[in-house]
Amino acid sequence: MEAILNFIGDNMEMVYFLVLAILLGIEVISNVPAILHTPLMSGANAVHGVVVVGAIIVMLQASPDNYLALTVGFLAVIVGTLNVVGGFVVTDRMLEMFKKKPKKS
Amino acid sequence: MSIHILEISYLIASLTFIIGLKMLSHPDSARKGNLIAAAGMLLAIIVTLTLYQEFDSGKALNYGLIFLGLVIGTIIGTIMAKRVQMTAMPQMVSFFNGMGGACAALIAIIEFQHHQHATVTGFDGELLVMLLGLLIGSVSFSGSLIAYGKLEGKIKDKVLPFNQAVNMILLGTIVVLILIQMVSGSSPVLFYVLLGLALVYGILFVMPIGGADMPVVISLLNSFTGMAAAFGGFLYGNKAMLTGGILVGSAGTILTILMCNAMNRSLTNVLLGAFGGSAGGSAKTG
Repeated sequence: MEAILNFIGDNMEMVYFLVLAILLGIEVISNVPAILHTPLMSGANAVHGVVVVGAIIVMLQASPDNYLALTVGFLAVIVGTLNVVGGFVVTDRMLEMFKKKPKKS
Repeated sequence: MSIHILEISYLIASLTFIIGLKMLSHPDSARKGNLIAAAGMLLAIIVTLTLYQEFDSGKALNYGLIFLGLVIGTIIGTIMAKRVQMTAMPQMVSFFNGMGGACAALIAIIEFQHHQHATVTGFDGELLVMLLGLLIGSVSFSGSLIAYGKLEGKIKDKVLPFNQAVNMILLGTIVVLILIQMVSGSSPVLFYVLLGLALVYGILFVMPIGGADMPVVISLLNSFTGMAAAFGGFLYGNKAMLTGGILVGSAGTILTILMCNAMNRSLTNVLLGAFGGSAGGSAKTG
């Protein structure tokens, strides 16, 4: 129990972050019209592609002779980039279509 | 000094994610919002590459692989996103979402390799964060791919006998195994068993849900991946990952509920009631 409290105490800054970001996330999209649900989902999908930053960090930290970590990290960078790039491009295409045909939901 | 530039850049990136999502929820500013978030993402990636660590010529292989991965991902992602038919957008989103989940799970796997060398006594918070990232990422990965396959028509709606009961038992087993892992300390066997169970759970979770409800499920899996990304951010103390992940995690959850409301259904209705829904559908065709 004490160890759990210690862990939380050591990461208090992060815990604050977590709680405030959760509330912010709820607040930010609370008034979204139904037609924007799918583009917003797609945009959010691209934003969580930020996980690729973690993949890059993993790769930077891996020692050059640790081939297992390098291989897995390499895969992680590829799929993470797919998430980011594909996500933003798909969202942009959706919204592009939106402008021409505003009644399409 | 460069560490401060790094942190400030992460702050800017986090802000663009928030502003981008906010703008995405208004029809007039939506497209611009998407571009702003994309610019923030680019900034986060560039500063991580250049400022996270002093350039070390001994790690040329690492840098080469990172660049190669970025290039391959960008090319494939752009081609896939450009080629996809407008009507096939939801499954494309699902596919990319699954890739993000896979990325989070892979990160957790590598971190676990490092972690094993460290001996931690008592409560191992890092291990817990790692496990949660791994499990949520894997569920999101396998679930998203099933959702993708279903919308593409490659996977038929199939209700396994006692599907919901099996799911509950599986989920319970995963929770118990996490507890065992936490109490007994890190064990590689248990870690990979958990990985396998999470992948199976993702499949079984999406399998019985009918095609019409798929966008809601994709949105839910989207918020899962957000959480997995946030756990990764927690692990590294990386603020950009933390904000981006948590924002999507909470915004995605709310969005999922809003989507259910728009269809006049509740989330539990979609997740559990779909059991009856798709069974009725198959009865009609049969």
